[in-house]
This record gives sequence, structure tokens and C-alpha cells, in this order.
Amino acid sequence: MLTVLFDGISYGMLLFVLACGLAVTLGLMNFVNLAHGSFAMAGGYITVVLVNRMGLPFALGLVLAFLATALIGAVLERTLYVHVYGKSDLDQVLFTIGLVFMSVAAVDYVMGSSQQFVIIPDALQGQFNVFGIGIGKYRLLIIVVCGLLTLGLQLALMKTRFGSRLRASVDDRRVARGLGINVGAVFNITFAVGSGLAGLGGALGAEILGLDPTFPLKYMIYFLIVVTVGGTSSITGPFFASILLGIGDVAGKYYVPTLGAFVIYTIMIVVLIWRPRGLFARAAAR
Amino acid sequence: MAGLDAEISGFLGRRARWRPFEIVFWVVALASIWLFPTKHLILTETAILALFALSLDLILGYAGIVSLGQAAFFGVGAYCAGLVAKYGLVNEPVIALLLSGLVAALLGFATSFLVLRGTDLTRLMVTLGVALVLREIANRYSGLTGGADGLQGVEIRPLFGVFRFDLYGHTAYVYCLVVLFVFFLLARRIVYSPFGLSLRALKGNPLRATAIGIPVNSRLVAVYTIAAGFAGVAGALLTQTTAFCSLDVLSLERSADLLLVLIIGGAGYLYGGLIGAVIFKFMQDWLANLTPQYWQFWIGLVLVLIVLVGRDRVTGWTGMLRAGVARVLARAAPQSAAVGSAAPDGS
Repeated sequence: MLTVLFDGISYGMLLFVLACGLAVTLGLMNFVNLAHGSFAMAGGYITVVLVNRMGLPFALGLVLAFLATALIGAVLERTLYVHVYGKSDLDQVLFTIGLVFMSVAAVDYVMGSSQQFVIIPDALQGQFNVFGIGIGKYRLLIIVVCGLLTLGLQLALMKTRFGSRLRASVDDRRVARGLGINVGAVFNITFAVGSGLAGLGGALGAEILGLDPTFPLKYMIYFLIVVTVGGTSSITGPFFASILLGIGDVAGKYYVPTLGAFVIYTIMIVVLIWRPRGLFARAAAR
Repeated sequence: MAGLDAEISGFLGRRARWRPFEIVFWVVALASIWLFPTKHLILTETAILALFALSLDLILGYAGIVSLGQAAFFGVGAYCAGLVAKYGLVNEPVIALLLSGLVAALLGFATSFLVLRGTDLTRLMVTLGVALVLREIANRYSGLTGGADGLQGVEIRPLFGVFRFDLYGHTAYVYCLVVLFVFFLLARRIVYSPFGLSLRALKGNPLRATAIGIPVNSRLVAVYTIAAGFAGVAGALLTQTTAFCSLDVLSLERSADLLLVLIIGGAGYLYGGLIGAVIFKFMQDWLANLTPQYWQFWIGLVLVLIVLVGRDRVTGWTGMLRAGVARVLARAAPQSAAVGSAAPDGS
């Protein structure tokens, strides 16, 4: 029982790191980036190449995965995404689905369609017991890393100058621009960090989520659930939503395996109908 | 008041008049039966895709409801047709077809209340969610649907007890073309009716539409239900012509491809879906021959480029083409010179 809870929490933490970038971009630019999962996949594959083929240490692989996907994100944002901000939701969805299709086919072409595994150091494998609860070492690592990242993000958002600029831009883009905040640059950096986090999540999660070219399509719905349930006005909303989703998914698969993912999709639809702005959203400011 | 009535019915009648372009289009479609006898298999798929695109056009182009889950209704129609044929419940394909459409329409009616609320983004996700739920259900109840292996052992009886579905798709193509034409007529009737006009009004501005007395929600429910029925018929056609049905009919890719079809052809005028389907199918065929495994990459690239260039500019060409055809025909037959063809408002 507690093991399920533990697994659920680590799964949820992972989902949060994967999806928080999406939440911020959606809140800041009203931009629907369905291709967010592609960045996560990129991170995963970069780690596979670095660690498995070139023999770099696992930790270094994670850091490089973060940096590389952040760079990819920043470049794509400046060259491609920037043209699509003013367009309708439908255009943005079409554009990002197109990107997903391209990334799926491109990864299939380069890396093959089989599932990939990142080689994890021996020290992180296996599990140990604390008061009768089986704790996987790797899952504990995920919780620690993702927990630290979440804390860091929250601090950066609340205490730094950049954080307050970002919050101002999310609250009201026009007024923020009027106050002399360069919203475009803020957004570029946020997008890059969000993509980088997705890449890191993909690298960390390759073991748990599985990594193959259809990753962006398979997990797109999970990211969307996190964002829709959590709302886009803060990062605490998506955080609690991810934890709930993680525990719900693991517990659902454990206790009622026949229903499978069905429960989660239903929950998403119900929440969307009941609270279209998200379960934890504040009263609408705009 | 009689004068006003006459004026209004005159206006509606003029709008609904058949234009030369339309006649040419259907004559060409009819001629394709004899012109391309070796291409009937792909033409069958094209006709099915065209009907499917027509269903999306009804809700997206006319009522302004964005949807990423139209495959839900397509899939329900497909499985319904497959199941009634497999268990021999309905042996006449045409009746099974209508039944499948009806079942899909019922589902459309039941889920239409989900798309009434929220922004475009919410609608996209709700429709996507509905399609995913259905796919999950079809996957779970593999005893009935065959799960990931697909529905095996579907045997389609001869059409009207006379015309057998042959291996080369000759019967199938004529059948699909006739069904497409019938449902196109139905869609055309709907679109040019006062009901269709009210849909355009509420697409333009729901608030004002309410203010002039259009019951926005019930109109949206109605058109969503009708479109679901169309999609169900398209799905049933696919099952009947291929005698097979797999989870693929409910996939996200199918809904996304459908959006691409409609974007290529232009949304908001009935021929958009049809022309888009022809272009898409032949483009897909060509790409699949070029790179069998990775054609999805090029489809994605086309999507990205279309958005970057701007949908209006992409679909503008069909308007120009139709204007050109109209001009040529007007020169050939001066008495029909008054007919002009309006550009699609690709908003």
C-alpha cells in the first residue's frame, strides 16, 4: 500500500518536471505546445547516446540532456514558434502536432523504432526496506532530484527578479510590456528552461516511462491533464495535479488493472467540464 | 410582409443554386469510375476520407467548433458496421450503414454537451479525451472488438443482395461515391437552409447570435450530432469496403490527418473537404511510395509549413481556381454569366 503511494509520488514528481514547462508556456503566451513531449523524448535519446554509447557518467548525461534540450528549445522558439503566437488555438495545435509527427518520424529514422534503455549505475539499482516499505533506490533518486528542482523553481519564481518579471508577464502581458519588461526575452528563457526540464524528465524517466519514438504521442495526454487540472497561473497547481495523477495512475493500474488508463481520461473530461480553468486555478484575472 | 418573405426565399434560393463549378466537379467524379479503373482502391479511400472531412467541415467550418476527436465517431461507426456484419444482425450493407451512422449520431448527441462550454483549447482537449476513452474501451473489450488485433472475420454481404464487393474495389468505389454524393446533398441542404445561416451567425459571434434570437446551444448540439452521424457513416464505409476494422480507426493521427485535409482544401465551404481529401490521399500515396516508413515526417512538415505560411493564403488558391473555372464557363455559356463564386472565408 505504502509502496504504491511511494511509486505514485515518484511518478507524479517526474510528471511535474516533464510538464511544468508546458504549464508556464501555456500561461504566459497562451500557447498550446503539444510538441512538449518531443523535447522530453529528445532529452531521453540524448542521454541514451551519451551514456550508453559514449560511456559518460549517468549524472553528467542528465546535465547534458538538460542543457542540450534547453538549447534546442531556445533555438526553435526564436526561429519557429515565434511566428505562431498571434495565431488561433487551432493553428497552434496543427503546428505543434506537425512538429510531433516530424520528431516521431525523425527519431524513428535515426535511432530505430525499438524501445531504448538508459544504463543506470549499479549503485542506483535495487531497493531497500524502511519500516516494511519497499523503496526503489532509483525512484528515491527521482523524488530527491525532482523535489529539489521543484523547490528551486518555486524559489526562483518567488524570490528573484526574473521570477517577478515572469509572474508579471503571466498575469498581464500587455501591462508587463508597458512597464518595460521584455516579455519576448522572458518567454524565450522560460521556454528554454521548460524544454530543458522536459528533457531532464525524459532522461530520468526513460527507465519508468519507457522510451520509444511514439513517446510524445503517448504522454501528450498526461501533460495536458496536468496542465488542465492544475491550471496555468502558478506552479503549485500543476505540482499537486501531477502528484495526484501519479498516485491515481499507479494505484489505478495496481488495484483495478482492467480499467487501466480509462479512469484518468474520464477524470480529465470531468474536471474540464466542471472547472474549465483548472482545479486549482485562481479566479480569472482576465 | 409577403414582399419580405419573397425576398428572403429568393435570397436563400439564389444562395442554394447549383454553380457551374459544382456540376463540373461531380461530372468529373462520376467519370473517374470509367477513367481510372485501376485506381479504384485508393479512390475508395479518398471518397471515405472526403465524407469524413465533410463531417468535420460541418462543425468546424460552419459552426466553429474545433475538434481533435472526430475519429471517435468514425471509429464507432466502423466498429458498429463491423459487428453487425460479423454477427449477421443486419445483412443488407446499406441498412447497416445507416444504422452505424445513427449509433454514431447518438454518441455525438450524448457528448455534444461536453463541447458547449469552455474555450477552443478546452474543446480540443475534451474531444481528444472522448476519442482516447473510446479507444481505451475498444482496447479493453477485446472479446468483442478484437482489441489490438482488430476485428477479424467480418463478412460483408452483397449490396442489395446483388452487387458483390470485389477484390479490385469496383463495387466499393461506386458504392462509396454514391453514398458520398447522397450525404453531400444532405450537407448542402443543411448548409444552405436558414439553419445553416444561423450556424454561420453563431460562428461569427455567439453573443450577437443569442441577441437576435438564435438558440446557440441547441443549434450546436444539433450540428454536432449531425456531423457525428456523417463521421459514423464514413467509418462504416471503411469497414464495409475493407471487411476489417482495427483500433487505428480511433487514433489521434486520424483526427489530426483529418484537420490537415480540411486545411488543405479550405474549411467553411463544402468542397474544401472533398478537394482536400483528393490532394491528401494522393500526396500520402506518393510520399508512402517514396519513403514507406517515414511519410509521417512529411505530413508533419506540410502541417508546419501551412501554419507558417498562413492558412488563408494556402486555401486562397481553391477560391481562385473556382473563380477561374466560373469565368471560363461564363464565357462558354453567357446565360449563366451572373453566377459568381465567392472566395471561402477561411477564418
